[in-house]
Amino acid sequence: MEDFFARYKNPLVLMAVLVIQVIVLATQVKRTDPSRASSGAPRLIRVWTVTAFAPLERTLVSTGHFLSRTWRSYIDLHDVRRQNRELEEQLDRMRLDEVRLKNDAEQSQRLQVLLDFKERFVGQTVAAQVIATSGSDLSRVFTIDKGSRAGVRQDMAVITPDGVVGKVKEVSPLSSQVLMINDRESGAGVILENSRLQGVLHGAGMGELRVADILSDEKVDIGERVITSGGDRVFPKGLPVGSVTSVGPDPDGSPFLSISLKPASNLNRLEEVLVVTKIAEEAAPVTAANQPPHRAADVLAQRLPSVPKKPEATASPNISPAPETSAATTAAGEKPATPQENAGPSQNPPQQVEDVDPAKKKAAAVALKTGDGEAQPSPLAKKPATPVKNAAPSQNPGQRVEGVDPAKKKAAAVALKTGDVQPQPSPPLAKKPATAGKNAAPSQHPDQQVEGADPAKRKPATAVKTGGARAQPSPPPGVPTPRRPSTPDQGTEKPPL
Amino acid sequence: MNRALSLTSREYIAVYQFGWPASVAIPLLAIFVQVFASRWFSIIKIFDLPLLVTIFFAVSRRRPIPGLFTGAAIGTLQDVFSSSFIGLNGIANTIIGYLASSLGVRIDVDNPGSRFLMTFAFCVIHRVLYMVIDRGLVGANEPWYWGHTLLSALANALAAVVLFTALDKFKIRP
Repeated sequence: MEDFFARYKNPLVLMAVLVIQVIVLATQVKRTDPSRASSGAPRLIRVWTVTAFAPLERTLVSTGHFLSRTWRSYIDLHDVRRQNRELEEQLDRMRLDEVRLKNDAEQSQRLQVLLDFKERFVGQTVAAQVIATSGSDLSRVFTIDKGSRAGVRQDMAVITPDGVVGKVKEVSPLSSQVLMINDRESGAGVILENSRLQGVLHGAGMGELRVADILSDEKVDIGERVITSGGDRVFPKGLPVGSVTSVGPDPDGSPFLSISLKPASNLNRLEEVLVVTKIAEEAAPVTAANQPPHRAADVLAQRLPSVPKKPEATASPNISPAPETSAATTAAGEKPATPQENAGPSQNPPQQVEDVDPAKKKAAAVALKTGDGEAQPSPLAKKPATPVKNAAPSQNPGQRVEGVDPAKKKAAAVALKTGDVQPQPSPPLAKKPATAGKNAAPSQHPDQQVEGADPAKRKPATAVKTGGARAQPSPPPGVPTPRRPSTPDQGTEKPPL
Repeated sequence: MNRALSLTSREYIAVYQFGWPASVAIPLLAIFVQVFASRWFSIIKIFDLPLLVTIFFAVSRRRPIPGLFTGAAIGTLQDVFSSSFIGLNGIANTIIGYLASSLGVRIDVDNPGSRFLMTFAFCVIHRVLYMVIDRGLVGANEPWYWGHTLLSALANALAAVVLFTALDKFKIRP
């Protein structure tokens, strides 16, 4: 028996192991319920085995996930770096594009403003780029990229939409040198927009703008705008020059004011400018239409509170507004229509002009054509046959001034001498017209009463340029002033003192 | 040194032993790789690493009783991680371990060719045993896939040549 087991030891052990396993298997198979098939001892074996393997599994799975995530993160990081580089390059390109587009947009806006400005004020211009400056504080000049080949000539005005910049000083075929208005050698005729005081603009040592030749007894408000008068034949009339920043007595002790201006144009940052190659004669009416009308009577009414301004609805029907035809007739040297007696103050007061030069007639006609001379009694006009009787007295007190202040005389002389201002004599120089009838409304315009200033000796072209030949008679106190909205530059007249 | 006379080469063949760490770790690792690695590498499912380890230990030790117990333990543990009844792989691996150890006494199993043929044959036998037990004892009606069986046997035979060469490092001459 022992030999049997010894001899068949291996098969017997095999059979025993197999039997045990078959029993275990049979135990599991015996359970018909599939849900209980894994219960009992086999279930415990599974639970224990799985529980024993679970930590290892978790460790390995976690390690695998860690390695996987690390690998993916590395790959992602690699992609992120590459993507970051691409995005940075794209961002740089977009920034450059943005700057380019911004510059283009700004330049487009500037050019659009320039175009609008050109359409408003000047007839023909040449746009130019500022390509160089003097590089010195003592010389306020800059160079533009347009020269004689582009039509630029010496003494042409250089402007921007903001205002006056300067004038062409030297011209070469392909470039030009522009003398800025704040240079010491520069000068221009200007008018204070509200008070209508005229002066001469010139630069100071450090680039300041000063207005000279305004008497010290004049009232100049801080912030008042200053525009070109057009009398210098360089700058078109009505261009903004700047605004008053300070007013004080002249340090030299002269009877003139020292008025400092802040330039309307940013003279330190000029990029594009316009060279006015031709001044549009029609520009002035457009300018006046765009600006609120400033009539001498309105200015006077503001300065004299005792003269109330009544609404137009209450205007007397007897007021005879000076029609253009009347002015044209006057300008043509013909006898204007006889004002009605006992009527309101005519806006075309009688004028007396002895000599009627055909050339002056033509100049006056041009002045009327441009609108500057609308409703203004031309010096060429003949004296009306019948002066107005019982007409209201003039509102212009200066017209009744008998005595002439020597200082004001000097100022007027200087103004005339410089030619930058309108060749209208200062009101103190005016005298009561000898031909004015009794109680007749004398003209508000001093030109009409200037003694010794023969209208025939004046420059008609200057009158055309400046429009200074106009004169609107002021209505008497209490009589409303009929407005003519289309009247151009009616506010450029210097108000009476 | 225990030696057995080989039936093929008529030479005395060595009987090897394994240390306990290798005897425990290698089967567990085989089961672990077979069970968990197949989650990510489905190609592993065509191999039967526990069966290969059973064959390797059996033919290396050349002792039937350790061989059958090794087969029984590895097969049972393999069943634990499967959804089948516990004992299917246990019984089949027990028989394979017994046969492999018995065959190892007779033939030279260190040769790669003999390893390939031996493994191929044992894989087919294992599959047959499994199906017999599954149908005969459990009563399952699993279809028989000859092609898959042969392909799996071929793959395991090829893998065995490589695996056995690697596992030879753990052999200890008594």
